[in-house]
Amino acid sequence: MSLDQILQRADVWRAGRLPATQRAVASGFERLDARLPGGGWPRGALTEILFAREGTGTLRLLMPALARLSRDEDRWICWVAPPWIPYAPALQDAGIDLSRVLLVHPGVRQDGLWAVEQSLRSGTCSAVLAWPTVNDSAVLRRLQLAAEAGDASGFLFRSQSVAGSPSPAALRLQLHARRGDDLVVSLLKRRGGQPTGPLHLPSRQAHGRALVVPAHSAVAAGCLPSQWQ
Amino acid sequence: MCLHIPQLPLDVFRHSGSDDVPLAVCGTGRHSRVLFCNMPAQRQGVCPGLPLAAARALSRSLRSVARNSDAERQALESLAGWATQFTPVVSLSPPDALLLEVEGSLHLFGGLTGLLERARHGLRSLGYVARLASAPTPLAALCLARCGRERHVGDVASLPAALASLPLSVLDWEQTLVDRLQGMGVHRLAELLRLPRAGLARRLEPACVEDLDRLVGRRPDLRPPWRAPERFRRRLVLPAEVSRAEALSFAVRRLVLELCGWLRGRDAAVQQLEICLYHRDRAVTRLEHGLQRRSRDAEHIAGLLRERLERLSLPGPVLELEMRAERPLAMAATSPDLFTPADGDARADLLDRLRARLGDEAVRGLDVVAEHRPEYAWRSLEAGEASACRPAVAGRPLWLLPVPRRLRTRDGRPCLHGPLQLEPGRERVESGWWDGEEVRRDYFVARDSAGACYWIYRELEGGHGWYLQGLFD
Repeated sequence: MSLDQILQRADVWRAGRLPATQRAVASGFERLDARLPGGGWPRGALTEILFAREGTGTLRLLMPALARLSRDEDRWICWVAPPWIPYAPALQDAGIDLSRVLLVHPGVRQDGLWAVEQSLRSGTCSAVLAWPTVNDSAVLRRLQLAAEAGDASGFLFRSQSVAGSPSPAALRLQLHARRGDDLVVSLLKRRGGQPTGPLHLPSRQAHGRALVVPAHSAVAAGCLPSQWQ
Repeated sequence: MCLHIPQLPLDVFRHSGSDDVPLAVCGTGRHSRVLFCNMPAQRQGVCPGLPLAAARALSRSLRSVARNSDAERQALESLAGWATQFTPVVSLSPPDALLLEVEGSLHLFGGLTGLLERARHGLRSLGYVARLASAPTPLAALCLARCGRERHVGDVASLPAALASLPLSVLDWEQTLVDRLQGMGVHRLAELLRLPRAGLARRLEPACVEDLDRLVGRRPDLRPPWRAPERFRRRLVLPAEVSRAEALSFAVRRLVLELCGWLRGRDAAVQQLEICLYHRDRAVTRLEHGLQRRSRDAEHIAGLLRERLERLSLPGPVLELEMRAERPLAMAATSPDLFTPADGDARADLLDRLRARLGDEAVRGLDVVAEHRPEYAWRSLEAGEASACRPAVAGRPLWLLPVPRRLRTRDGRPCLHGPLQLEPGRERVESGWWDGEEVRRDYFVARDSAGACYWIYRELEGGHGWYLQGLFD
C-alpha cells in the first residue's frame, strides 16, 4: 500500500489540517468558525462551554447558530432546566423562530439528565442546551453517544472549574470574562486540532444600545436621576 | 387459518410475571388435580393429572391457581380483537381456538409465509404459545391445529391425505360414538373418510355426516363472525399481587399489544387511554394518559406508559389491571413515505416521552406578547403551538429573572457584586394602569466590574428602589 493510499483513508488524520469531514453549523463568528473543525459548532456531538460566571456571553455565543437552526430545520431547540427564563422578545430579536423552542423543566436532577439524553437521542432536536452540574465522565459519554445517535448539537454550559477533568465532548471552549461587548474564548479541545489561545470575537450587535421609547412615555431630558447627570 | 392456543388456561396467567416461577393451573374442588403446568414446573416433575398435593410435594415453590374459564373466554375474545388486524372475518372456536378467514388478505401480507410470520411474532410478544394451521375448510384447519400439526394445505384435493393420520377424537364427537367406530376398526380419519358416505349416513347421526362434509369441503361451513367491540376494555387478573412498577409495565405492555392489534383491525388509533389498577381494600388507582398525537404504535405507547408507571407511587399491591380506550379515532390518512420522514410525528413523540415522565406542565413552548411591561411581554404556551408573528423588540436581555430582585444601593447607586456602572440611555415603561398591575419604571443597562451586563430598573414612585430584572448574557 502506498503512502498516497494511506493518506486517502478517512481515519488517517494529518496534523496541521482540520478534518473536513466533520459536520457543523456555522457559529456566525468568522474568527471562531475558521478555527472550528468543519467550520462551526459540531453536529451530532457535544460542545462544552465553560464559563467563569453566568451572564458573561455564554448564550450570546450561540444565538447566531440557534437562529439558523431554528429557521433551517424542522426540529426542536430544546432547553433543559435553564437557570432563568429565556426571554422570548430577546430570542425573537436574535432571529430565533420561537415555535421551535422547547422548554423542559424537570423536577429533579436525575430527570434533567434523562431529559437531555432523550432529547439528544430522539433525532427531533437540532440543538439541546443544558446546564449540568454533575462531573461524571460516564454520564457525559452517554450524552455524547446520544447526540451522535440523534444528530443533535448538544451544548453543555459548565463552570470553568471542570476545565481540568477529562470530557468526551467533541469541542470544549472556555469563555473568558470580557471587556466591552466582545467575547473572548479559548478552544480547550477540538477534534483534529490543537488548543488555541484567547480569541477575540467581535460582537456584531451590541445589546441595549438601540433605545426604544414607547410613544406615550414621558421622557424628558431632565428626568435622569441627579447622580447620573 | 386456525390459531390454536393449547395452553390457554396457563397462558392467561402468564401475562404478568416471569416465566421462571413454576406455575400450575388446577381444577376446583378439594381434591383438585393439575390441569396445566409450565416448563419450570415440568422440570421439577410436575405433570398434568397429578393431584395438587403431590405436585406441591415435588415442587416447593410451585404457585398454583384455579382455572379461570371467564378469564380464558375474555382472553380468547381479546385475542380475536387483536386478530382482526389480519382479516375482518374472525370467529371464535371455544374454548381455545380462533378461526381466521385469510384468503382475502394473503396478498396484503405478502403471501401465507408473511402472514404466518407476522402472526407468530405477534402471538409470541403477547405471551401465547400458539399452533397455526391453515386449510381450505375451517374445520380441517381446526383439526390440524388441535392435533399439533402445523400444516398448511392449499387445496381441497390434498385435504384427505393431510387429515389421514389424525385420530377420531379431534372431531369432538360423543365418546360412545367414537368407541362404536373404533369397534368397527375405524381409528383414524383416513379410515373414516374411506368409508362410503351413503353407508355412513345410515349408521351415524346426520350431524356427524354433515361434520364430515364440512371437513372435506363438500358442504359450506358458515361460522358466525365475531364482532369486535366498539370500545377496548380489557381486564387482567394478575396471578399474584404485584407491587413493583416493573412487573406492572410487563402486563401493561401485553395489553397495549392487544389494543394495537384491535386498533389496526379497525384502522383506528387512540389519543386517550385509561388504566385502572385494582387493589385489595383500597380505592382504585386511575391513570389517564393522553398522547400528543393519535397513535397505534405499540412500542411507543408501551414506552410512555412504562415511564408513567415508574413515576407512580402505588398505594398498595395490585391485584387486577384494566385498560380502556373508550374513543378510538380514525387514523390520520397518511402513509409513511420512504423519502420524507414524518418529522411532525417524531417531534410529537419526544413531547410524549418527556411528558410521560416529567408531567404535562414540565414541557412548554415560548411566545412573545405585545406588551410594554417586560414581565408580561412573553408567555409560556403549549409546545409546538404556532407563535404569533410580532415585530421584534430590540434591546432586551436574553434572560429574565422570574421575580425582579431588589438591589442594594450605596450612595444612591445600585450594587450587585460591587457598584454597577450604568450605560448611557434609558427606557421608560409606564403601563398597566387599567388592570391594577401598573408599573412606572426607568430601565437601564448596567455593568459590573467583571463585565457582566444587567438589565435593571428604578421605580419612579414609591421607594424609588432599584431592581434587577434581566441578564444580557
